[in-house]
Amino acid sequence: MASVLIKSISKDYGQAPVLRSVSLAIADGEFLTLLGPSGCGKSTLLRILAGLEAQDAGSVSIGERVVDGVRPKRRDIAMVFQSYALYPHMSVASNIALPLRMRRLSALQRLPLLGRLLPTTAQIAEDIGVEVSRTAKSLGIGDLLSRKPGQLSGGQRQRVAVARAMVRHPAVFLMDEPLSNLDAKLRVQMRAEIKELHQRLGVTFVYVTHDQAEAMTLSDRVAVMLDGELLQVAPPQSIYSDPDNRRVAEFIGSPKINLLDGVMRERGLIDVAGSTIPIEADALAGTPLLLGIRPEALYFVAHAGQGVLTGSVRMVEHMGSDLFVHLDLAGIDQPLIARLLPERAPHIAPGQILHVGARPDRILLFTRDGRRLRREADPVCRHVAPFREAVG
Amino acid sequence: MSAVASVKGFSALARILRHVVLLVTGALILIPFLWMISLSIKAPGEIFHASFSVWPVQFYGIENYEKALSEAPLLRYMGNGLMVCGLILALQILLCAPCAYALAKLRFFGRDLVFGMVLAGLILPHQVLSLPLFILGYKLAILNTYAALILPYVVSPFGIFLFRQFFKTIPDDVVHAARLDGLSELAIVWKVMVPMALPAVIAFAIFSVVGHWNDLFWPLIAVRDQSLMPPPLGILVFKNEEAGSDYGPLMAASTLVVLPLTIAFLAAQRWFVEGLTGGAVKQ
Repeated sequence: MASVLIKSISKDYGQAPVLRSVSLAIADGEFLTLLGPSGCGKSTLLRILAGLEAQDAGSVSIGERVVDGVRPKRRDIAMVFQSYALYPHMSVASNIALPLRMRRLSALQRLPLLGRLLPTTAQIAEDIGVEVSRTAKSLGIGDLLSRKPGQLSGGQRQRVAVARAMVRHPAVFLMDEPLSNLDAKLRVQMRAEIKELHQRLGVTFVYVTHDQAEAMTLSDRVAVMLDGELLQVAPPQSIYSDPDNRRVAEFIGSPKINLLDGVMRERGLIDVAGSTIPIEADALAGTPLLLGIRPEALYFVAHAGQGVLTGSVRMVEHMGSDLFVHLDLAGIDQPLIARLLPERAPHIAPGQILHVGARPDRILLFTRDGRRLRREADPVCRHVAPFREAVG
Repeated sequence: MSAVASVKGFSALARILRHVVLLVTGALILIPFLWMISLSIKAPGEIFHASFSVWPVQFYGIENYEKALSEAPLLRYMGNGLMVCGLILALQILLCAPCAYALAKLRFFGRDLVFGMVLAGLILPHQVLSLPLFILGYKLAILNTYAALILPYVVSPFGIFLFRQFFKTIPDDVVHAARLDGLSELAIVWKVMVPMALPAVIAFAIFSVVGHWNDLFWPLIAVRDQSLMPPPLGILVFKNEEAGSDYGPLMAASTLVVLPLTIAFLAAQRWFVEGLTGGAVKQ
């Protein structure tokens, strides 16, 4: 059990900066996810945490102890890799046992034949065997111990990799996109198992993914990373409904948040796409603003009026429980996507003129350079519809 | 996959032509061997007979092989060959694997330069080095010992190159996992990399053993004592001193010398092919 403290970590590969002064404090027992698109530096940060790569500047502490320059095996961490990184020539049992053998047996005791003759070797090896089979059983791979990794399915290999990490009771678990090589169905199942594992072990997890559904469902807190910078670190709910800036708002949520150019007309009124929406905002008249409206913050209305956006229907996607309607608004290139409830909306056909209202309390305001303009009306963390997984 | 697809694309004529070419090349390589075996079971008179037949009129194999084994210390030569080849191979793997690991997986200053030097070493024929090596051997006073036969070969640029190419195909994550599991860098080489690169190791072993078992040039320079001679050198001496124009026993001795290699190659053929292509084509 340990907390993790990352202080101003920077890393360059040649000319390109991969990490720019990243700082992050992870509490003991927390499940923290580093979320970002590929190439944002999240895996590099994890590798620096593990000691597999050295940072150019900054420091890492694990449980009060500064571990800069400490070898990976002395950091009391375990890691699960995207490719599983199992040893293909060893059986499942040997794969899981290896970290214990390396720690508990001396170099002499590990010698192929001679080692077995030493007095305590047999006892230690037996203890290791017991722990290996106990760990394997707890992950449901107890009957696969004599197989080689090549004979296992993706999900089974994943479990072996987790077992190898688990068996030595590390203080911190690092996971680098552990589910991205699995098919969609198995991914959802393994996600639940990882969540369960975290609850059972109670140790600190640092999880790297580019999949927002994984980040949202698993984490206590999500750290959104873009271009080597941490943009926001917050619980999944706040990341979604209360993003700090435009890039976070755009990255999280599927379909993407609608961003509309607007101008402050006067106090309490904003002109946007040929309509006027009443919103309290701390900005001078004439200030250009960016309105972020999530698709589910829009609802069907029968008639035009104040605060109502009007456009022609470009496309309709039926998702069963929801209806995604793409609307072309006057003077706006990107279509506005609205998630409507099928039972509340009439039959909608492409080309039709449609009116949608936007819930003012769900509209996010950004300055044109992408900073969030918080309003007095914004609660710290709202309770909104739970995050829905991307459909299709 | 692409090889299979292209085979289907060939017309019948092209296919026949291809087989003819392969058969002719195969025959060119095999005929001397067949001839050697044929001569080894013929009586002295029949060898120089005007008419040629593969199978002898009079089977003289037992006499020839008996003579080959009794008149020259053939078993001693083969024992020498086995020991020299075995030690060369063991030392080569011992040195090449860690070098190849460093070149494939570690980042250090001058790595590319060092690898360039390995490639340069690969181009250089061993014969070019024979004079400096001879002088070095003389200064170290190891000429005419087993050490003289073994030491010049223990660092193999080919081995380093082959292993390095194979190690490169092993994902970095495996190395990272091994470091986290507590393996030292050398333990990673011996417990993870070498076992995973087994096809390359076997391919290299065949190359090395065949090359050094058959080597005549360097042993001719390095040793004079008959008790140290590897098989080809022994046969050369046998030809001059004992056999004269007695080709039957000479060919019998040659057949016996080639035999272990043939058996070993056939047994390890599968790995041999896999090892040579494995490093080149990433799956």
